[in-house]
Amino acid sequence: MTESANLLKTPSYDLHVEAGARMVPFAGYDMPVQYPMGIKKEHLHTREKAGLFDVSHMGQVKLKGEKAAQALEALVPVDIIDLPLLKQRYALFTNDKGGVLDDLMVTCVDDGLFLVVNAACKEQDIAHLKANLDSSVTVEVLDDKALLALQGPEAKNVMAKLAPESQFMTFMTAKSLEIGGINCFVTRSGYTGEDGFEISVAKDQAVDLARMLLAEDAVEWIGLGARDSLRLEAGLCLYGHELTTDITPIEASLNWAISKARRPDGVRAGGYPGADVIGGQMLSGAPRKRVAILPQGKMPVRDGAEIITEDETLVGIVTSGGFGPSLNVPITMALLDTDVAQGQQPLFAMVRGKAIPVEITSLPFVKQNYYRGA
Amino acid sequence: MSQIKYTEDHEWIEIHGDGTATIGITDFAQEQLGDLVYVEVPEEGSDITKGEAVSVIESVKAASDLIAPVSGTIIESNQSLEDEPEKVNEDPMGDGWFIKVQIADESELEDLMDEAAYQACIE
Repeated sequence: MTESANLLKTPSYDLHVEAGARMVPFAGYDMPVQYPMGIKKEHLHTREKAGLFDVSHMGQVKLKGEKAAQALEALVPVDIIDLPLLKQRYALFTNDKGGVLDDLMVTCVDDGLFLVVNAACKEQDIAHLKANLDSSVTVEVLDDKALLALQGPEAKNVMAKLAPESQFMTFMTAKSLEIGGINCFVTRSGYTGEDGFEISVAKDQAVDLARMLLAEDAVEWIGLGARDSLRLEAGLCLYGHELTTDITPIEASLNWAISKARRPDGVRAGGYPGADVIGGQMLSGAPRKRVAILPQGKMPVRDGAEIITEDETLVGIVTSGGFGPSLNVPITMALLDTDVAQGQQPLFAMVRGKAIPVEITSLPFVKQNYYRGA
Repeated sequence: MSQIKYTEDHEWIEIHGDGTATIGITDFAQEQLGDLVYVEVPEEGSDITKGEAVSVIESVKAASDLIAPVSGTIIESNQSLEDEPEKVNEDPMGDGWFIKVQIADESELEDLMDEAAYQACIE
């Protein structure tokens, strides 16, 4: 039914079809949005057991060269120079206005830096890197790799069985592992709020790896639909929603992502695009803030809904809105004017001409279960 | 004797033969929508117009409309959908019905599809 002729396929495409997935176009790829289990059950399965996500559409990039760390630091407000070997950090490519071009994961590896970027932004990110990094730094696009994410409380048990060394990894660390005899590069990370792993593997071994993981009772394929509801419940930003070229990291309430060394009072303050705007907002506040909002009742409030006060003043906009299956209520994230973000006055979301009372709450909606060590 | 007809909007209408009909969405529609999380239950007594939105159906992913397959007056709404929208996923042609209506103009039923035509339309 969908026009799939021009869409790219990940190595696991046939496995998704075999599993009964509904495939949809996403960032130029034909991707599984849900499997027969359905989004709600897939979501809950990930929170209770382990979900396997095909995220091979995301961009995997290696930066090589002596000056790689120094060069990447000039594009992100994050400490890359002192990023220890096999440690991972969340980073943001910023623009001159302090807005965000993309968010990414950076891992220090023995031959350089390993980056994972969003599928929809990857061409632009690669061009951005090539245009702005020191000419001695090479930008290698890892087109020969697939990426799978195993997420949920059972992920560690599945991995311990197939790759015992994985149990010594903590959140945001990396390791080269053999998983059931297949060479993989693994980070203990993900984007669901659960403990889990992201596994980079040669494209031609991705299907074998996926089958091996799916053979475990706890593991089921999970589609993009549940991936979105999981990250929303976990209070995580999605590029194009909470992060755009017009929203600064401070407005997106990502102050924690600005490394100490790069803050206005840090040892390597500034020195990235938009540092004046972002540094200024760190010191004196941003005009808007990302907040968590709970709509009253059961009607979901979707992206783009306006947030108003009792006297109908427009004070914000919903950036991600949907339903949180773990909480069984509608949940949203919104960008609100800072002076109303404290939650001192009644607020409403406009849905189809109706004003729905909403309440500001704290992020994340569900507890994050990262493994930071015993 | 009642008969069931279908619309291009993937709804069914069971015509009871006494001027009333029951309306819901098809199994194909509920499967396409995915897990429903909210149904705006239409107000009993309100008038509906063929082709116009009667109420909103929300799945985890997105919102869509229940479109009136016929003009008339709502004589009963399935109030249980307010707390249990999942009934529409579980039993779209039975417990997951939306509204019962008093049909205003039976001639509007003529261009609706029978089951064979509807099956052909979704294949």
